Amino acid sequence: MNPISDSDNPNGWPADIHRVFRAADIRQVGYVPDSGHAELIRLCTSDPDIVAVPLTSEEEGVSLVAGAWLGGQRGAILMQSSGVGNCMNLFTLAANCHFPVLLLVTMRGEWGEFNPWQVPMGRSAGPMIEMAGGTVYRAEDAASVGPVVEAAASLAFNTSGLVAVALAQKLIGAKTFGRAAGEE
Amino acid sequence: MKNNGGRIDRGLAVRELLAGRGDELVVIGLGSPVWDCTAVEDHPLNFPLWGAMGSAAMIGLGLALAQPERRVLVITGDGEMLMGLGALPTIAAQKPENLAIAVLDNEIYGETGGQPTHTSFGVSLSGMARGAGFSDTLTATDDEGLSRAVQMVLFGRGPVLCDIKVTQNASPLVMPPREGVALKNRFREALLGPDALKE
Repeated sequence: MNPISDSDNPNGWPADIHRVFRAADIRQVGYVPDSGHAELIRLCTSDPDIVAVPLTSEEEGVSLVAGAWLGGQRGAILMQSSGVGNCMNLFTLAANCHFPVLLLVTMRGEWGEFNPWQVPMGRSAGPMIEMAGGTVYRAEDAASVGPVVEAAASLAFNTSGLVAVALAQKLIGAKTFGRAAGEE
Repeated sequence: MKNNGGRIDRGLAVRELLAGRGDELVVIGLGSPVWDCTAVEDHPLNFPLWGAMGSAAMIGLGLALAQPERRVLVITGDGEMLMGLGALPTIAAQKPENLAIAVLDNEIYGETGGQPTHTSFGVSLSGMARGAGFSDTLTATDDEGLSRAVQMVLFGRGPVLCDIKVTQNASPLVMPPREGVALKNRFREALLGPDALKE
């Protein structure tokens, strides 16, 4: 796999994640939309080699990627931090069967959050994944997203486990409010 | 077969679905459907669930998308299907032609004391699948219905869902292995070959 690009990339970090998906041969991407994932969802939906699967709730994604792996394909799931709580019982698929489950979690409830209802899951999403036996990596800035997601994908698929990348709200906020990727 | 008051013998229903099995890939929802299917054959291309309630249909979708040339059957109970109803619109949106769901609907949680499920109050799983946009659905309550259900599950253009109203008798406890990694690996080896275990 080639090194993933840096913050000079004009397409920004969502394109870096998409490149990791392609390099890792990820073929099914389940998602519950989040504004922080909007660009990545567009990239996956328009990629003829990826089936992008809109989910009604995040736990469907855990089952989806387990089924994909049974059939010889790799999958990933996009969600925001509130969605992690919906997945807890289904994470047992990873714990019991060692299915590779790669999560890309956009964090809410942390950096400058406006909505207090996002705070509890923002605080507990990471610990919940760890309680379920998973590993949580974190990306705080645009330049680190590609390498962190690449490392997380390697861990998930080489060691067959639950691995999440928490995409910090600091990073998402920079995108949502129209500033250049990486600018703070 | 006799008609048990609008219910089909559950063992017979599963035998009809799996007897003379070809190359179907079978995901089995937890509880009695696992015992029923294992009683027919503990086949390596069965993926029986011992937990993760509500996941069977979506595991079937991931498998069906990964293996579009193979027929994927999800055989599960009404309680298990009810726990993962979001799968119905999610599957319908993908329109997997090779995916079929057979619900063994006894209208009770048979493993936990026989408490009534929502289907006992008239909730229609086939109606919900039809509303979601499945290609074809039916509710089977007699011999003829079972014959049609078997044809639809094995050959109908997916996604299809057949709600098979079955008897409430307990299934004989014929158990597959319980260890999840073993179940996963035997399935992948049977489907993908021995190199799948080196991935």
